[in-house]
Amino acid sequence: MADEAKSFSQQLLGFWVTFATMFKKVNTVQYPEVKEPTAERFHGRHQLNRYEDGLEKCIGCELCAWACPADAIYVEGADNTEEARFSPGERFGQVYQINYLRCIFCGLCIEACPTRALTMTNEYELADNGRAKLIFEKEDLLAPLRNGMISPPHPMYPDSSHLNYYKGEITGSHPSQAVEEQK
Amino acid sequence: MTPEQAVVAVETVSAVIDGVEVTVPKGTLIIRAAEQLGIAIPRFCDHPLLAPAGACRQCLVDVEINGRAFPKPQASCTMPVENGMVVKTQLTSPVAAKAQEGIMEFLLINHPLDCPVCDKGGECPLQNQAMSTGRTESRFEGEKRTFEKPINISSQVLLDRERCVLCARCTRFSNEIAGDPFITLNERGALQQVGIYEKDPFESYYSGNTVQICPVGALTGASYRFRARPFDLVSVNSACEHCASGCDLRTDIRRGKTLRRLAGDDPAVNEEWNCDKGRWAFKYISSRERLKNPLVRGADGELHEASWPEAIAAAAAGLAGKRVGVLAGGRLTHEDAYGYSKFARVALGTNDIDFRARPHTDEERDFLASVVTDLKTTYADIDKADHVVLVGFEPEEESPIVFLRIYRHVRKRALSVISDAPLASRGSKKLGAKLVSSVADVSGLTAQSVILVGERAAEVEGTLSAAYALAQSTGAKLAWIPRRAGERGAIAAGAIGNLLPGNRPVGDSSARVDVQSAWGVSSLPENVGRSTSQILAALNDESLDAVLIGGVDPMDISADALNQLLNTFVVSLEISNSSVTAIADVVLPVAAVAEKSGSYLDWRGSARHFDKAMEDVDLRSDVRILSMVADALGKPINLPTVTATRAEIESLGNWDGAKSTFTPRALAAAPSDEFTLVSWRFLLDLGALQQGEANLAGTAKQARAHISSATAAKLGVTEADHLKISSDHGSIELPVSIREIADNLVWVPRNSEGSQVIPSLGFTRGAVKVAKR
Repeated sequence: MADEAKSFSQQLLGFWVTFATMFKKVNTVQYPEVKEPTAERFHGRHQLNRYEDGLEKCIGCELCAWACPADAIYVEGADNTEEARFSPGERFGQVYQINYLRCIFCGLCIEACPTRALTMTNEYELADNGRAKLIFEKEDLLAPLRNGMISPPHPMYPDSSHLNYYKGEITGSHPSQAVEEQK
Repeated sequence: MTPEQAVVAVETVSAVIDGVEVTVPKGTLIIRAAEQLGIAIPRFCDHPLLAPAGACRQCLVDVEINGRAFPKPQASCTMPVENGMVVKTQLTSPVAAKAQEGIMEFLLINHPLDCPVCDKGGECPLQNQAMSTGRTESRFEGEKRTFEKPINISSQVLLDRERCVLCARCTRFSNEIAGDPFITLNERGALQQVGIYEKDPFESYYSGNTVQICPVGALTGASYRFRARPFDLVSVNSACEHCASGCDLRTDIRRGKTLRRLAGDDPAVNEEWNCDKGRWAFKYISSRERLKNPLVRGADGELHEASWPEAIAAAAAGLAGKRVGVLAGGRLTHEDAYGYSKFARVALGTNDIDFRARPHTDEERDFLASVVTDLKTTYADIDKADHVVLVGFEPEEESPIVFLRIYRHVRKRALSVISDAPLASRGSKKLGAKLVSSVADVSGLTAQSVILVGERAAEVEGTLSAAYALAQSTGAKLAWIPRRAGERGAIAAGAIGNLLPGNRPVGDSSARVDVQSAWGVSSLPENVGRSTSQILAALNDESLDAVLIGGVDPMDISADALNQLLNTFVVSLEISNSSVTAIADVVLPVAAVAEKSGSYLDWRGSARHFDKAMEDVDLRSDVRILSMVADALGKPINLPTVTATRAEIESLGNWDGAKSTFTPRALAAAPSDEFTLVSWRFLLDLGALQQGEANLAGTAKQARAHISSATAAKLGVTEADHLKISSDHGSIELPVSIREIADNLVWVPRNSEGSQVIPSLGFTRGAVKVAKR
């Protein structure tokens, strides 16, 4: 008899959590109508950044691909030429693909990137209905052009070298960079 | 260690390295003795095939002899082991470890942080040894020394002087191995740098090796620049298809595309070197002209793409019951050549097969069957030679690794080289060759001597006979070195009218019975078949009705060859669109070297096997396609795969019976015309396998007409003028170069830009008119 009473009180104890929760603030979000901001450092879709004049930061070094434990990144480097310059210095990333079916969002690629070209955004809506659609190309990953940026290819800032870029001394584009492009 | 050293080195010395006793041949360097114990001393300048330099100082170790210690650490790459020596490396001596760390810090002071954009990144000895030997953080806070970068020291090789650690590997290689001292260390101190002599660009045929041995990314190849990282690449062992030297190669592939080729390591052949053609001429594989699908000429007279069964049926229908000749070409693998050979005998019932797509004679064919099949000369014989005689053979242009081997001994022990050549080429000058105008003038040979006969020896009647007689009378070793990689294999496979596979003479009934029983056929054609030129003539006068061509450029044979093929049924097995494609009735695309497996027999007759390097390719080897055509003809040759072909070749074996005897020919008299054209090919020229590689073509030698100073005076020309060289067929115009050459000869390159001898003049050797333009 005593055992039955104990069992009943234990059941009550168990349901107490359920009962108490009824009076708490709900966590449910009406996604996708309502979207909550992620944590600040949430690992979302990657982004290929630009310098302030619009040149790409990526140098096609493949260190991200090397670091990737899931083999999700494919990069091909190429030469910048006088006619077509995409990044400061000698080399740029001609092909840049991230396969989001493979990516585990660990962020090792970000740590490996020597020029801070690759960072992660907070964007998490990465579902789609085709495998090929989830391989993001360079165009999909490149950061949008902000005010004052000129879309590459265009020459480096006048009288500067790649070192000025690496040191963060380029703070915007120069009119001559755009003019050159239109020629 | 080369075999030669192994024989000489009998005296040994003993020393203690890191507490372990080691006994090595006298003269062994400390760094090598340590290697034998498995102790890796860091190094940059040290290379086992180059003379010690002690340039980078990275290999410092603590040394004491008989209890007396050197006051400072010593470079282990320059100091030979002595008896009673006690060596302490970085593993046991804090002094050595600190010295190495200090040197590494010095090397890194001016080394730019280029690793992310440097082609060497990931396979860089400096990166690796900075990790193993260097400090974790830099103490250097100043500005690094900078240079303009990169600079082209040739169209293929780029130099980034900031990255250079001044190890002098490249300059030592160019001096010691290639004999092309076009690069050197200029300036001194922090500004010391590798430089080129302004008037002489780095136009060495071996420049690619400097890229391979550079221990940092200072020298990089223009074609491979920024193309991949080591972890992207799948490396496959391969054989070089460009000449008969027989180099071991490594092919690096990324996603089904060959990105680079490196010299492999075969001490008996190419050591660790190769030539620029072998390294960089591979883009023909991905040329737009590559054939992917079979083509059949329709009723409208045009070629149309066809399915494989259609094309095979069309080829079989065209060949069935016809009198067919087979032109197999000199670039086939041993297995493919065997396929052609068996196809001709079994499916076509003929001995009219010849692989020689170049000037040729019957004397040569007899020589190949009777003499060449028995030759066993190797690179080791050159190592031991007291004289090397070159007959119709320019090693630097026609077999560059043979050149390196001869040059090594010319440099090391002043090996005497005699060359039967009309002109002192740059190569023969480097060898210090004594020129003779005929084999008959060669004297002083012994049984230690080596006679290297090139394929051009066939062009002067009697030369092969004279070379053979010279070898017989002196006991000298004889070797025949063709230019193309597949020729020796084609002989062994019997892709020639007087031989069956395994060196069996066609005329020998027991040899035929041997092959008949292996092939399961009741009879084989008995009479010696036609040669290439006879096949072409027979097609022209309609004593043959059809021809099977395996990747032959008719312009390599004669100016009329293509015309002779016009009115006949042509089946072409080709990798790319060519002049033969335009006139062929059925075109069957075949795999290029990287897309198939097989083997090449080099000039020694030794096989180098290679596997398929590129996986996702549908194209098949020639032998597989011939086997399908034979099936469609109802006369199967049963060679469905390369493996099966190799097994059949091995089970058939070589003939041990009597060879046909060689009938010597009399040496042709010296030409009496006013001017006689002589020529050979440059290594880098307009060859079909070099297409699509602009960086390589940039270092090709310029075509010039070479004449003697007396001739120049007679014609009233200087080196600023152009010469017009004409024959009945046509003419070519070239700038003049005044060289050591007989007064009645004019030399031009055979297949270079502006100087394609067969299409322009109609022959490679003969009487021409020469005038100032």
